[in-house]
Amino acid sequence: MLDYTLPRYKVVRDEELCIQCGVCERQCANEVHDVDTELGKCFEDHKACVNCQRCVIMCPTGALSITDWPQVDNGTNNWNLEAQQEIAKQSQTGSVRLGSMGNPKPYPIYFDQLLLNASQVTNPSIDPLREPMETRVFLGSRPTVIKVNEKTKTVETKMPPQLKLDVPVMFSAMSFGSISLNAQKSLAIAARELGTYFNTGEGGLHRDLEQFGDNCITQVASGRFGVDPHYLNAGSCIEIKIGQGAKPGIGGHLPGAKINAEVSRTRMIPEGTDAISPAPHHDIYSIEDLRQLIFSLKEATRYSKPIAVKIAAVHNVAAIASGCARAGADIIVVDGFRGGTGAAPIRTRDNVGIPLELALAAIDQRLRDEGIRSTVSVVAAGSIRHAADVVKAIALGADATYVASAAIIAFGCHQCQACSSGKCNWGIATQRPDLTKRLNPEIGAERVINLITAWNHEIQEIMGGMGINSIDSLRGNRLMLRGIGLREKELEILGVQHAGE
Amino acid sequence: MTLLREGDVRIPAGCAISGIMDRSGARHDGTDVLKSISLMHDRGNGLGGGFAAYGIYPDYKDLFAFHMLYETKDARLMAEAYLDEWFLIEKQEKIPTDYVRTIQNPPHIWRYFMVPHPIKLAESELDEAEYTMQRVFYINSHIDGAFVASSGKNMGAFKGVGYPEEIGEFYRIQDYKAWLWTAHNRFPTNTPGWWGGAHPFTLLNWSIVHNGEISSYDANRRYVEQFGYNCDLQTDTEVITYLFDLLIRRHGLSAETAAHIMTAPSWEDIDRMEPGLAAYESALRTVYSSALINGPFSVILGSEEGLLALNDRLKLRALMVAEKGDMVYLASEQAAIEIICPDAENMRSVEGGVPFVVQLNEVAERKREEAGVNTPVVEVPGAGITEVGATRTYQRGV
Repeated sequence: MLDYTLPRYKVVRDEELCIQCGVCERQCANEVHDVDTELGKCFEDHKACVNCQRCVIMCPTGALSITDWPQVDNGTNNWNLEAQQEIAKQSQTGSVRLGSMGNPKPYPIYFDQLLLNASQVTNPSIDPLREPMETRVFLGSRPTVIKVNEKTKTVETKMPPQLKLDVPVMFSAMSFGSISLNAQKSLAIAARELGTYFNTGEGGLHRDLEQFGDNCITQVASGRFGVDPHYLNAGSCIEIKIGQGAKPGIGGHLPGAKINAEVSRTRMIPEGTDAISPAPHHDIYSIEDLRQLIFSLKEATRYSKPIAVKIAAVHNVAAIASGCARAGADIIVVDGFRGGTGAAPIRTRDNVGIPLELALAAIDQRLRDEGIRSTVSVVAAGSIRHAADVVKAIALGADATYVASAAIIAFGCHQCQACSSGKCNWGIATQRPDLTKRLNPEIGAERVINLITAWNHEIQEIMGGMGINSIDSLRGNRLMLRGIGLREKELEILGVQHAGE
Repeated sequence: MTLLREGDVRIPAGCAISGIMDRSGARHDGTDVLKSISLMHDRGNGLGGGFAAYGIYPDYKDLFAFHMLYETKDARLMAEAYLDEWFLIEKQEKIPTDYVRTIQNPPHIWRYFMVPHPIKLAESELDEAEYTMQRVFYINSHIDGAFVASSGKNMGAFKGVGYPEEIGEFYRIQDYKAWLWTAHNRFPTNTPGWWGGAHPFTLLNWSIVHNGEISSYDANRRYVEQFGYNCDLQTDTEVITYLFDLLIRRHGLSAETAAHIMTAPSWEDIDRMEPGLAAYESALRTVYSSALINGPFSVILGSEEGLLALNDRLKLRALMVAEKGDMVYLASEQAAIEIICPDAENMRSVEGGVPFVVQLNEVAERKREEAGVNTPVVEVPGAGITEVGATRTYQRGV
């Protein structure tokens, strides 16, 4: 069968700068480069290039760059090159198209259509260098009313367990198997240093990471990989993963090729077998079943850890979140459709789910309408790109945020969206020892610590500008937001006024 | 273009406040408080002044005293029909006022002494305070042109558009005798004159005078709205009043603890406390994180027990306090105390984030005997709380 597919990218080599040192060839697991020293010439397999930019960064003379493949389409906006190429691929393979990372389509990014407020005259802004500027957040359920003895200053109500975050950012679930142990270890070190949490994802907790239990959220997903009583008690919080923003409604599939000895041991499955996560949990077919799992996990951990429930942002997300809260979840995680993934069917990734911002605003409002917002924590996930996104998410109603893509971008990820190939040149989404060793956990951690520390400074700076010195006063404070270029209905759902109002 | 009122738009305001209290419970007329607030004339702009007075209606001390502002006769008739339906009115009358040249187009101002209709109260399964509060919310948000200026017992608010010295003269406050007076001079930045928007803001026995602009407003508003408080006026003073009502009346905490929650110690300080105390403070901060007030403010909260003064955590607004015997004086400026009590003692500024509590001697006596554990009215979220007149659309449930 004749191959109709075209390369997506073109490797551009500046022959004058190239010294044919061979770094590009050695660095590229996709085998794009071929440096033929005998011929004194370099060849490129453009089709194999995923634009991860490893060679561009590593090239000692700066001779390489990547551009789009220069083929034009026929000018139609409908049957454009991308649409035709998708058909070409599927008509040759008969398979579901797989992609990685979050929804890349040009849907509105509401964070970019929200502007923040600052104080002028009537209310002084606060200088974070002079005054305390609190970014500490606690996550967990809490009573509406507390009973205390005011004279002895003691608490009579038994307080539910809480997670303490010194920064309003945690690292969201990426399993060992989908990412390398070095990548997970980098996040674990960073979480401990920053006073926050990393999440095991559904792949179990590698024994080398058990020492980070105080900063670890262990995930229980539909595959139940690596789940046993020891695992449940190893972290500080358990997250039940119902759905993921990148692929709501479907499960996961880690190919057997990635199940090496370590992954096999951590996931508690045989080496080389595919790890299939079913679409639903087969013991959760209803909200009352979820309640049973939540309380089973609470029992298994003697009510010492908060239980989080992670749901994908779908159409009826507000009611679902409310149901989760009433089912006993202490923390609700909402994952928007731009949230990343190691592998998802492209059609699902690009067409299912809704933006985080709308889902978050709807959930926060719904929980308030029901008078239960203060009894449960809400975490926003799904493409938090920088400190301003964190501030906006909290002002819309989140207690804290989850980041994963931002953290792996700090490691070196260039969002090539080819995680599922297992050939990540940055040593992140791969288990190949020659590649994973490229990510040094100490250096990976340092980059992420730098990143989140910088974000926290920016958050403090923005809060100070608003005249706020505790993140508690930012949560749900939608007066600090104004929409720009948004329609009436969008403003209504976001619960914000338009700029100038 | 017509300017929007409070409730239609959020209006920040600066201000001056004063408070005078006699701990013995002896009552004094309004001359001193008027003098004190008038001294701080320049801290207002003539768009709002007012007074709250406690102990002024000893003959009706067990009845709810509603001070009502009506823009039209129709508004009065509608509100009176409503009050008649929900309360047994013992006495109703126009509040006596004097002509003051600078005060233009005052509303019709009436007062009503009444008790909740016993059958309706029983049917509602609410306590008397909750029942009355919901009636207040209904009038303020549903009867156009009618506004409840105050709704407590043996207390009242006298407020309007003008400088406080004009408002005091208009209401003849020298004719009333109170053991606690608070006063307010307002500097709103963008508002038409509206009598309802003047301070003190009151609810049941609470009255608040406030100087500042809180930057946590929407976080606080959306927190209290969960529990049936309608923040119709969109003012800081309103939301602070509701926070106090929630924490004190419904959750059974003391005014001091409520104020402590609103100006909680920093985590840095909590981390340095011994573990028991740190657990107590952490629990309060965690449960009531959305009740934390941020931004500059000084407030005086009046109640049937006395007063509480509070400054923001960073002490961004002035508030002075001094004493003389059983008398306690508070004002935004020291001079406003000295002009009425030149030999006042212990003149100092109220510390940032440290509630300053003054109780009637008899109340303080009683409190010393009481256990320190609060007894909340509401244990279950949403229980006993029904929103009046609001419609909600729910999505399909799960």
